[in-house]
Formats: sequence, C-alpha cells, structure tokens
Amino acid sequence: MEWEAVIGLEIHVQLATQSKIFSGASIAFGAEPNTQACAVDLGLPGILPVLNEKAVEMAVKFGLGVEAEIGMKSVFERKNYFYPDLPKGYQTTQNDLPIVGPGIIEVEPEEGKIRQIRIHHAHLEEDAGKSLHEDFHGMTGIDLNRAGTPLLEIVSEPDMRSAKEAIAYIKAIHSIVTYLGISDGNMAEGSMRCDANVSVRLKGEEKYGTRAEIKNINSFKFIEKAINHEIERQIELIEDGGKVVQETRLYDADKNETRSMRSKEEANDYRYFPCPDLLPVELDEAYIEHIRAEMPELPKQKKQRFIDELGLSSYDAGVLSATRPMAEYFEQVKERCGDAKLAANWVMGELSGQMNKDGVEIEQSPVSAAQLGDLIKRVMDDTINGKAAKQVFAALWSGEGASADEIIEAKGLKQVTDTGAIAAVVDEVLANNPQQVEQYQAAPEDKRGKMVGFFVGQVMKASKGTANPQMVNQLLKEKLG
Amino acid sequence: MHNKTIAELAKGLADGEFSSVELTRHFLGRIDALDSQYNSFITVTPEQALAQAEAADATRAAGNAKTLTGIPIAHKDIFCTNGVLTTCASKMLSNFIAPYDATVVEKFNATGMVSLGKTNMDEFAMGSSNENSFFGAVKNPWDTNAVPGGSSGGSAAAVAARLAPGATGTDTGGSIRQPAAFCGITGLKPTYGRVSRWGMIAYASSLDQGGPMARTAEDCALLLNEMAGFDPKDSTSLKKAVPDYTADLNQPLSGLRIGLPKEYFGKELSAEMSEAIMAAVKEFEKLGATVQEISLPNTMLAIPSYYIIAPAEASSNLSRFDGVRYGYRCDNPENLEDLYKRSRGEGFGKEVQRRILVGTYALSEGYYDAYYRKAQRIRRLIQQDFLNAFNEVDLIMGPTTPTAAFDLGSNTDDPVQMYMEDIYTLAVNLAGLPGISVPAGLINGRPVGLQILAGHFKESQLLNAAHQFQTATNWHQLAPNAGQ
Repeated sequence: MEWEAVIGLEIHVQLATQSKIFSGASIAFGAEPNTQACAVDLGLPGILPVLNEKAVEMAVKFGLGVEAEIGMKSVFERKNYFYPDLPKGYQTTQNDLPIVGPGIIEVEPEEGKIRQIRIHHAHLEEDAGKSLHEDFHGMTGIDLNRAGTPLLEIVSEPDMRSAKEAIAYIKAIHSIVTYLGISDGNMAEGSMRCDANVSVRLKGEEKYGTRAEIKNINSFKFIEKAINHEIERQIELIEDGGKVVQETRLYDADKNETRSMRSKEEANDYRYFPCPDLLPVELDEAYIEHIRAEMPELPKQKKQRFIDELGLSSYDAGVLSATRPMAEYFEQVKERCGDAKLAANWVMGELSGQMNKDGVEIEQSPVSAAQLGDLIKRVMDDTINGKAAKQVFAALWSGEGASADEIIEAKGLKQVTDTGAIAAVVDEVLANNPQQVEQYQAAPEDKRGKMVGFFVGQVMKASKGTANPQMVNQLLKEKLG
Repeated sequence: MHNKTIAELAKGLADGEFSSVELTRHFLGRIDALDSQYNSFITVTPEQALAQAEAADATRAAGNAKTLTGIPIAHKDIFCTNGVLTTCASKMLSNFIAPYDATVVEKFNATGMVSLGKTNMDEFAMGSSNENSFFGAVKNPWDTNAVPGGSSGGSAAAVAARLAPGATGTDTGGSIRQPAAFCGITGLKPTYGRVSRWGMIAYASSLDQGGPMARTAEDCALLLNEMAGFDPKDSTSLKKAVPDYTADLNQPLSGLRIGLPKEYFGKELSAEMSEAIMAAVKEFEKLGATVQEISLPNTMLAIPSYYIIAPAEASSNLSRFDGVRYGYRCDNPENLEDLYKRSRGEGFGKEVQRRILVGTYALSEGYYDAYYRKAQRIRRLIQQDFLNAFNEVDLIMGPTTPTAAFDLGSNTDDPVQMYMEDIYTLAVNLAGLPGISVPAGLINGRPVGLQILAGHFKESQLLNAAHQFQTATNWHQLAPNAGQ
C-alpha cells in the first residue's frame, strides 16, 4: 500500500508594527514581564480597542503579495474562551469576513518541481500573553507583554503532500513577509509560529483522512520532524487496524513525538460573534492601489528578473531570490564586481558553503558583499587565480584582513603572469623530474593530457599558487614537446 | 441652594453669590445627612470634591472659568474614576480602584466640575429597579417604599433628593430614562456614538450610551455640551461636530409634527399613565405642534431581541472578570477551574449570572442562528420602523414606562415581569436613537415620565421640545418631600 500525506498549515506571522493591534503599547521583544502592557492589554474594565491601521496595511500588502482577493469589508469577531493569559476572556480575531481572501503561492520543494499551494484566507488577530510555569513555586506567572501583538494568521488549503513541501511553503511565506517588511520572520522569537493539520490516505484516494492538528512547532527543523513523525504515527495506526481521531496534538521537540492535547469533543465552543467595539474595516480601491504602488519587488518577480536580465538558471535565480537578505547580498556583490554569473557562483558556492559549515545566516556573514565583490574583481582582472581566490576568501571569513587586496598583498598571492618567470619555474620542475618527463614523452598522445597535471601541480606548488594556470599549461606543452 | 438648577447655580457662581467650595460643602452636607435614607451613593469623595472646588474657585478668580466650572456632579459608579473605587455595584469590583478616568469624567474634570462621588446602580447596569446592587437597593426619594428605577437608580435618586444638581448615567435599554421617570427628573439618552464609552464599564457595547441626568432639559443640554464628542479612544464614537445644545432650546414648536405610536398605548399601559401622557401631549398641541397616530409594528419584538443581544454581548464583556488580574478572587482556589468558577459564582449577583448564562447559550454553536442572528435581524426591522416613522413626524412621544415606580421587592421574583418594565425604552437602544424622559405628572404621589424620541443626532430638537414643555408646565419643579 502506498500512502500519501495531506498537509494544511496555519501560520501565525507577527506583524512588524510599532505598537499593538488595539493599543498604543510597544511590541518590542524581550522586555521585563508586564512592562509593555497598558490598560487595554490588561483587559481592565471600561477599556476599548482601537485598530492599528498599520496592521491593516500590512495584511493588505500580504494579500497583494500572494495575489489574493482583498476583503473590502472585513469584520473583527470575538473568540470567547477562558485562559489566564487571555486578559479579556476573548481573543479579537476575524472569522467570517477576513481581510485576505483566497490566494496562491508557488513553491519549488526540489529543483524543477514547481507546486502551487492555495491560500484559503489570512486574517488579523491579537496574540495572547504568556503563562510562565517555572520559578513560581507551583503557581503560574502571567506575562501580558505579548497580549495584543498583531498577528496575521495565514491558512493554507490542504495542498501539501510531504513535510518537504510544507517546509518549502513555510519558507516561501517567510520570504514574502520579510520581503514585504511586514514581519521580521524571526522564528526563535516567535515571530512565525506554525500549526499543521496532517492526515494520510491511500494514494489515488479522493477523500481526505481524519486529520490531527499539531501545535507548537516553531522552527523549520521541528516542523519537518513533527510532520514526518505524525505521518508515520498515523500510517502505523491505520495499518495496525486503528483509526485516527480528530484531535489537537502537541509536538515535543525533546522527545520528537506528538501527544494528544484535546479531542474534538473537548474542544471549546468559541461562541464567535462580531466585536461590538470595533467597526467593520471597509477599504476602497484607491486605498488598495495606493498600497499596490508601494509594493517592493517580491521573490517571484525577482527570480524572473534574475533569469531574464542576468541570464541565471532558474534554480540559481530561485536560490538567490529566496530570502530578502540573500537577494540583497547577491545584488550588492553583482553591482560591485559587475559579473552576475561569477557573483552567483561565489554566493552559492564558497559563501553558502562557509555559512552552512559555521551555521550562520547571511546577515551575520563576516565577509561583506562589498568585500566579496572586490575579491571577484581581482579574479576577473587576473590579479589572482581561482585557487588563490579561495584562500583570500577563507582569510576574509576568518577576519585576517579588511580587504581582498590587503590579504593578497600580505600573503603574496598576486598571480605571476610574467612568461620569463614562469618559464624559469617550469624549467626547474622539468629538470628535477627527469623520470616523469621520460614517461610522459614515451606515453601515447591520449594519455598525455592526464599526465601533464602532475607537472602543473609541481609548478603551482613551486610558485606558491601564484602562477597563472593557463600560462603554465601553455609553457609545459611547448617544453615537453 | 440645592433647589437651584445647574443653569441657576452656574449663574450664581458667575455672579459671585457663592463659591464652588460653599456649593460643594452644601451638597456634601446633604449627602451626609440624608443619603442613609436612599442609599444613592456607593462612594462619596469629599476631599477630592473640595480640592476640585478650590481649584474651580481659583480658576474663576483668574478669569478662566467656563459655564460649568465649579458645578458639583455625581458619577454613576460604572464610569472609571482615577484613584477612586469603581465598583459597578458588584462584589466582583468591590475592591477595584480604577487607574484612569473615563473620557466623560475626564471631560467634566477638564471643565472644572466637581465630582461628589459615585452613585449606586444595578450591578453591571443589569436591572430596572436598582435592587440588583451588591451595596443594597436604592430607595425612591418620592416614596421610600418604591424603587427608583434602574439601572442608573442612584443617580436619579441623588438628583431627585437634591443631593447633587446633576449626575451621569448610562442607558442600555432604558437605564437613564426609566429611573429619570420614576424619580421625577429629566434624563437624556443620546444617539449611540455621541458620547464616548471609553472608561464606561461595558454591559452591552452596541447599546450602551452615557448621558446626563438632571432636573431640567436645559441642565441636560449644558451637561451634554461637555459630554458629547468624538473620542479617538472609542471607535464607535462618531466624528461629528458637537452643536451648542442650549442654542435651540427656545425655538418655537409651531408646526412640529408629533407621532404617537399606537403600540405604546396598549393594554399594558395603566389608565392613569395614559391620561397623564395625553395631558402632556395636549400641552405640545397648545405650543403649536400637530399630533398624529403612527405605528411601530415591531415594538413587541424589542424585548426578545434586546434580551438576546444584550446578554450575548454581556456574556463576553464580563468574561474579563475572572479573578486572575484584579477584582474579587475566591479564597484558596484548588485549581484554575475552581478559581474561575468560585470567583465568578461568588463575585457576580444572581441577575448578572442569569444574563451571562442566557448570553452564553444564545451564542453557542447550533443556537447562534436561531437566537443571535435572528435577534440582529429583528433589530434591523425595529430600526426601519423608526426610520419610516421619522419620514412622517419630527418627534415620537409616549410614556417612558407602563406604570409609575413599583414597590421595592414587588418584581424581584419574576425576571420576565421586570423585563417588561423596559418595553418602551428598549427599542430606542436597538435603533441607536436619542430619547429623553421628562416629568409629566404624578400617580399616587409617584412621578410619571413622558418619553420623547427623535432621529439620529437630533438631540437639539429633543431638548428644544422638552425645554418648551418645561416652560409651559411645572412638573419638573416638583420635589419630593425629602428634597425640601
């Protein structure tokens, strides 16, 4: 039996407004508990919410970014439930009439495989506070700094068929919201949180299986693990003759397992109804057009431009446009050195390799785009050869110098292009290796190509890597006959 | 001094007949001496009042006084007052000291008015008799065996007993107009959105509206001048210029078209009440108005619609009172659920619990369409009734209540009978219209209220009609014996 997973995601994106969605309190991360909660956030008697227009603007930007229908009239509702970190006893959110309607997003989970993932809708809502269970001697502390933080909840259709596709989708959302500047996308600080609805069915089956909702998965790594674990759990369960029950499951990253939180029967009746303290949000075409005019270039458009104008391959263009910092870095390198393909090769090659190795993001790269651009320039003008360039890059990465030129100078990596000087080294190498010369000359023509590599290596070694490799090849061929 | 209206007191202050400190001392003295009979105040704030009065006198001495600078007033205990106990007449908030002022309070403070204290009310504004107060029932100054009406019963009783020349109230289904009628004073419920709700503890947000309670329409106009206006802190307040509500008080009423809804003169109306109201209407005819019968066909649906919408909103509005952050918390909770159940079970009175349960039920899955959605549809029908009526007439008149004030304890066992008390007032809130109740006679020594309704934002027209009526009659000048 071949199984297929069906995955839908709900992503909560924290919007990068200055203040909360319904109050003037700051939303900055990391403040002392309850220092960023005003009367509105505390749910004091008599307080009233006032909608932050910036949050609306950001939601509309997102909608336009995923080619969605914009809800020209959206309505805030109250979702009623009791919880200590929910100060008013209800969450103000959108339900029937969300601000962003159906949209679509294109993802490329693997090279050449394009998938369209439909977005069901996205709505604005306020975040709750946090319950702190440690350090209170069996009691619970409540921190309401986060209460009222604006969130955009993006709900996908169940269009993903593997954890890998889910990750590609989340990365695409991450990319769009950071490109738009509507979120910092910082997952470690909770700026993007994800719930996954997972079910399995036999391949070819039309009907969806019973789904479980997994909550609390907040990093790319955990999302993939949690979904894969849940898929396996469900398949095993069914194959053993069991049934998946509709329930909410919590992912435990330490144990890499999900466990039941509450079943459908225990689910709250949220008693949604329109919030009488807020008027419906009514937008007009002029407003939408005004925002459309302010939209930055998005990953999809950037990718196309990289292909059309810079002549990059679809895959390279995709990688380089995937995140805003990556694209900005690449474009700066390209501007500096003037060669898009070389810039692409270096960013995706040496730079990405080092980043992966050291586990750093491009924003923290010790080699700036300007430094890398200058380094590439030195390869282009033949000051150094490719091998030396890698040495220079490594030195820049480890902070051994402020610029490529400084390192080239200090390490004496300047490429030797003087024919006389290279010829002298070639002669020396040939004189020191009579046996190899003899073998070379005895060998048939088709074997010689490979054997010349030995002499090239010796010459490069003797020149400490500074000899121009093309010239070395040329001279060797002449002298060996 | 206490028999003067706000307009007269303002003149006295302006003319230097007395100071605000003298005036404030006088009212504080009356509260101290007399309020044990009525229980109209929950909190009296003499130190703050005298400090405000001194400041007001200083402002006047400096030549910066406005019309109402130095006038004492009382606030319904539903308005948050910075640093002062704000209870909503509930055990739940019996220890709650608000850290901020309601916009209405802030506006009165800014104009230099003096706050005498906080008046009693039905708990969380839920009630029509002021018997639902954690701090005890309020008694009607005209007859201490009678209720003062509710929920702004404390404000109405305080004004009637001359313990304050004016007071703030709030009206969700009649809570200003009905107690004004029962206590023989004038009470105005403004158009929804005219007065900021910021800092006014919510009962039913889409219906709640603050307004003035005083002895005359002119005084209500003066108070409304200070209360009204757009508030950026209340999204439901309207960006609409505030006229001078005293400007049109003396406009003649000739040609005014008055409609009498036949549904307001049905069998539930007592004969004496009908007589009193028709006599009042006659006065308007004498003043040049024409009278015609109109119909508001959905009137009877106002009660079921209101008693779904208001409790539904209340069930959500009152969720914040959970014993976690402020207010009453039960002793030794065993766990979270116990904390919620006992804090709310012990902190809320019976009527509040009843409405929370009704509202929770009406909003619950599977019942929403049958109750809440249907109630909203009826609400639109009721609004349409009024819009149609105002195409034919300028003002609508009728009784504020079916009977005069009833006896304390007479309706407490039957909530539905109690709900019927609001039959003429509820629809006005559902439609968001302004309405005023003016004294229009006595039945067995208990006052009768004439209700006048106008189109949205036509407060000036209401006040004009009420003032002209008060120029022609003296019902508003009658005082209960206690007030002498």
